[in-house]
Amino acid sequence: MFEGYTAEELQSIFIMQGFSGLSLFSVLLLMGLGLALIFGQMGVINMAHGEFMALGAYTVFLCSNLTHKYAPAFGPYYFICAIIFAFFICALVGALVEWLMIRHLYHRPLDTLLATWGLSLILQQGYRSIFGAREVTPTLPDWLMGSYTLKEGLDIPINGVFVLGLSIIVTAALMLFMYRSKFGLRLRATVQNRKMSGAVGIHTQQVDRLAFAIGCGIAGIAGAAFTTIGSTGPDSGSRYIVDAFLVVVGGGTASLLGCIASAFGIAQAQSVLEFFLDGTKGKVATLLVIVIALMIRPQGLFPSKVRGN
Amino acid sequence: MISVNNLQVAYGQSVVIPDITFETPKAEILGIVGRNGMGKTTLFRALIGMLPSKSGTITVDGKDITTMPSYRRVANGVAYVPQGRMIFPYLTVYENLISGVKGKVSPDAVSEIYSLFPVLQEMRKRRGGNLSGGQQQQLAIGRALMTNPSVLLLDEPTEGIQPSIIKDISRSLREIRDMRKLTIIVSEQLLSFVLDTCDALAVIDKGHLIRRARREDVDAEEIKTMLSV
Repeated sequence: MFEGYTAEELQSIFIMQGFSGLSLFSVLLLMGLGLALIFGQMGVINMAHGEFMALGAYTVFLCSNLTHKYAPAFGPYYFICAIIFAFFICALVGALVEWLMIRHLYHRPLDTLLATWGLSLILQQGYRSIFGAREVTPTLPDWLMGSYTLKEGLDIPINGVFVLGLSIIVTAALMLFMYRSKFGLRLRATVQNRKMSGAVGIHTQQVDRLAFAIGCGIAGIAGAAFTTIGSTGPDSGSRYIVDAFLVVVGGGTASLLGCIASAFGIAQAQSVLEFFLDGTKGKVATLLVIVIALMIRPQGLFPSKVRGN
Repeated sequence: MISVNNLQVAYGQSVVIPDITFETPKAEILGIVGRNGMGKTTLFRALIGMLPSKSGTITVDGKDITTMPSYRRVANGVAYVPQGRMIFPYLTVYENLISGVKGKVSPDAVSEIYSLFPVLQEMRKRRGGNLSGGQQQQLAIGRALMTNPSVLLLDEPTEGIQPSIIKDISRSLREIRDMRKLTIIVSEQLLSFVLDTCDALAVIDKGHLIRRARREDVDAEEIKTMLSV
């Protein structure tokens, strides 16, 4: 498949595809982190996770419209605020969904699949009714446009760098939150033994709600990041949901580190392979690699081990 | 002090504890002995709120906790060491200890636990799941003490633990009682442990307390016949 390219061209192709893989990695990682929290930690199969991502993207779109209508001078800066809005709006909707629906289903994990799939259909139709079926794009500030030209034939897009930076910040913040904060400790305890956590004094319902909300909020950030590299339609989220689950399962459900590694692997494989093969074949190759990896390591890349398990 | 009045506990339609009434004063260790399936664990799970009570009341230091969820019972001074320890296997020893603490963790409280169970200090960075059974038991007791309870419930603390550690646990329980003046209720199958540890003893049979005695009045042979199958 490499015939017809000179060595130098190949190098540039790998770097550029690798970099576009990094953008995909960033979005997948952000999606995967939210899911790792909700599916990996709480065991809820959230099929509506993609729709939370779309909600984040639509939030940015709305912010963009409002800003350019009422405060055009704020145009260059609105995007940062929009990301924060996207987080809080998705977290709020997530908390509401947890309260209305998910909390009744914790002891029936498979039913969460059906219930959240239904929710995803409702949300998709909702987006279609409100924003229309056509894909929308927020007006991005100028500083996000364009690219750095490192050398002839090698361009690194700025939006990709921005999304990568954003996902690194969010990952670091989540890691700190999970492993350094009191709430993270309560969450990890609740995940391991919900009844016993209550019996040592942890308000587990509150922990569940906050964890679900944060997972959805991170999906919102993923959606905000997504607006810089693609346009948003009602079904944008559902296109990423399968990949996001692959990331979480491939990485080992309880491991954030595994989540990062598998997001990286999947995104890079997809991006580089899709350039040389076509899209479908690239996807098939990626899936094959994951299937084989899971056959060798069913617990994922970085399973947690203690005595007796 | 804990008092239980006419408590009834059931799994669905099957009533395990029809009607139980007892009281344990401050700074007393009560041992509840009984054969398997007589309702010891059910009683404890009802006291901590993992199982709902059908009727009756549970009060701790005069406060009615009967309908509270577990975490609020803990806030009101009940702490629980379950059968099989149930420490959090993927949390470190230190994290296990502070898992239930509300607000700031006081270093003094942690070092008090460490002085009670020195092995926990050595192991503080290890994962709970990598400890031996006896160490896990000590961790479970330490974790329960961290929420500063007035009533400590221990369900079969000697199960699957080597005899030398059983002696340690017995000694620590009396030490804790003397130090903190708290009420301790222990369920046991092992009569020798109860006789070593407790101030009073009760025999549970089909969910009823059929015998209650002070430690000094206990006729060990008589209790043994009650426990034999």
